[in-house]
Amino acid sequence: MADADILTLTDDNFGSSIDAENAPVLVDFWADWCGPCKGLAVILEEIAVEQAGNVKIAKVNVDEAPSTVIEHEVLSLPTMILFKEGEPVAKIPGAQGKDTILEILSEFM
Amino acid sequence: MAESPVRDVIIIGSGPAGLTAAIYTARASLEPLVLEGEPSSTSDQPGGQLMLTTDVENYPGFPEGVMGPELMMNFKAQAERFGAEVQTVKASKVDLSERPFKVWVGRDTDGEPTYLAKSIIVSTGAQSLMLGLDREVELIGHGLSTCATCDGFFFRDQEIAVVGGGDSALEEAMFLSRFASKIYLLVRRDELRASQIMQDRAMANDKIEIMWNTSLVEYVGDTKIEKVKIKNNLDESISDLDVTGVFIAIGHKPSTSLFEGQLDMKENGYLKTQPGRTATNIEGVFASGDVQDDYYRQAITAAGSGCQAALEAERWLEEQE
Ligand SMILES: Cc1cc2nc3c(=O)[nH]c(=O)nc-3n(C[C@H](O)[C@H](O)[C@H](O)COP(=O)(O)OP(=O)(O)OC[C@H]3O[C@@H](n4cnc5c(N)ncnc54)[C@H](O)[C@@H]3O)c2cc1C
Repeated sequence: MADADILTLTDDNFGSSIDAENAPVLVDFWADWCGPCKGLAVILEEIAVEQAGNVKIAKVNVDEAPSTVIEHEVLSLPTMILFKEGEPVAKIPGAQGKDTILEILSEFM
Repeated sequence: MAESPVRDVIIIGSGPAGLTAAIYTARASLEPLVLEGEPSSTSDQPGGQLMLTTDVENYPGFPEGVMGPELMMNFKAQAERFGAEVQTVKASKVDLSERPFKVWVGRDTDGEPTYLAKSIIVSTGAQSLMLGLDREVELIGHGLSTCATCDGFFFRDQEIAVVGGGDSALEEAMFLSRFASKIYLLVRRDELRASQIMQDRAMANDKIEIMWNTSLVEYVGDTKIEKVKIKNNLDESISDLDVTGVFIAIGHKPSTSLFEGQLDMKENGYLKTQPGRTATNIEGVFASGDVQDDYYRQAITAAGSGCQAALEAERWLEEQE
């Protein structure tokens, strides 16, 4: 499988990187110490490859982005937030299966 | 889908039981297929219940303890090293009425089965119970959590509640005391089910306040939890408790809905096996781990019974030849 092309975001580049993308961006808030985040990461890598061009996958390590976490009211890990044209359009707390994620994405693509 | 080849063994579930069964059947050259489940924030996920915990202190071989997720990643790597194939999917339907057994994954359960197998090892484990209160599902991730290690971080310097009186509730409360300023442990009766060592540790922690004979009866807050209503079970009085987070740890139920009407179950929903064995009422189908254990429910006992299931499946397959 091709290597997944995934953005890594921090407080410093969060806004500008999301604005710079043409495709919707699905941001995964995660941390080292979160078990369920590990399973989700595998699924998101698959989606990044299969849906390249349709959606961009980005990752935020919450330990490295405290302001972004507060701004977007992340209260649970993992949490995914979908951005379209720079605006958050869907917030998905908790790890989900691939079918569910693709279904949510398809509503916005 | 084209006629799929018949596998020797399919293992459903990837907790300690399923992955131990995978290590043993892979080393016996049975080329097991493991359906590891799908990502979720409950214990029902690849790696199983230990993905939701931090330190595991009682799994032999780790004198300093080991992180739950790390332990499970190692189980998986060990199974894959011997050739186990692991798929990140959930079984959505099984048909055990004739051999080869049929297994479906994904939403389409009307068409052809996804996999066929001569034998099946069921290790679907258990998942967290919820209270069943109004709006519970929509509040998960908005102040309500079943995973202290995932979400504790967001409750720094806040007051929160933990519901439950067993080992996992006390462990969550203790873990959460690293972040929260105060933890109310809501215990339904006037005693704890937890082991003595956990009780002693919790009692010694001055951030934890145990509220005896107390039940959580309502979540209050529009988009996230702002407070909760609690009931005193002695005089039935209701009062408010100002907490911004609630962690539920009231126990587990076995994940057996897939097998209803096919595998024999006890009244409490756990799968029945032959005494001292993992064989179920259907020849060629074996059950291991928490899904058939309503008594021990430990990682080491789950792993042990995964080993038993693998050896029984191996012998049974040999007899069929
Ligand atoms: C917070 C917490 C802390 C704990 N700490 C300890 C400890 O310190 N020491 C200890 O010994 N024990 C501990 N336990 C208990 C221990 O985790 C369990 O006894 C053990 O995980 C049971 O293993 P299992 O393999 O039977 O099932 P589980 O770990 O429950 O795994 C079940 C597996 O089945 C999969 N599954 C379910 N349905 C399907 C399906 N339809 N298709 C495919 N896959 C499916 C799930 O994805 C999962 O991988 C703890 C439990 C919790 C919740």
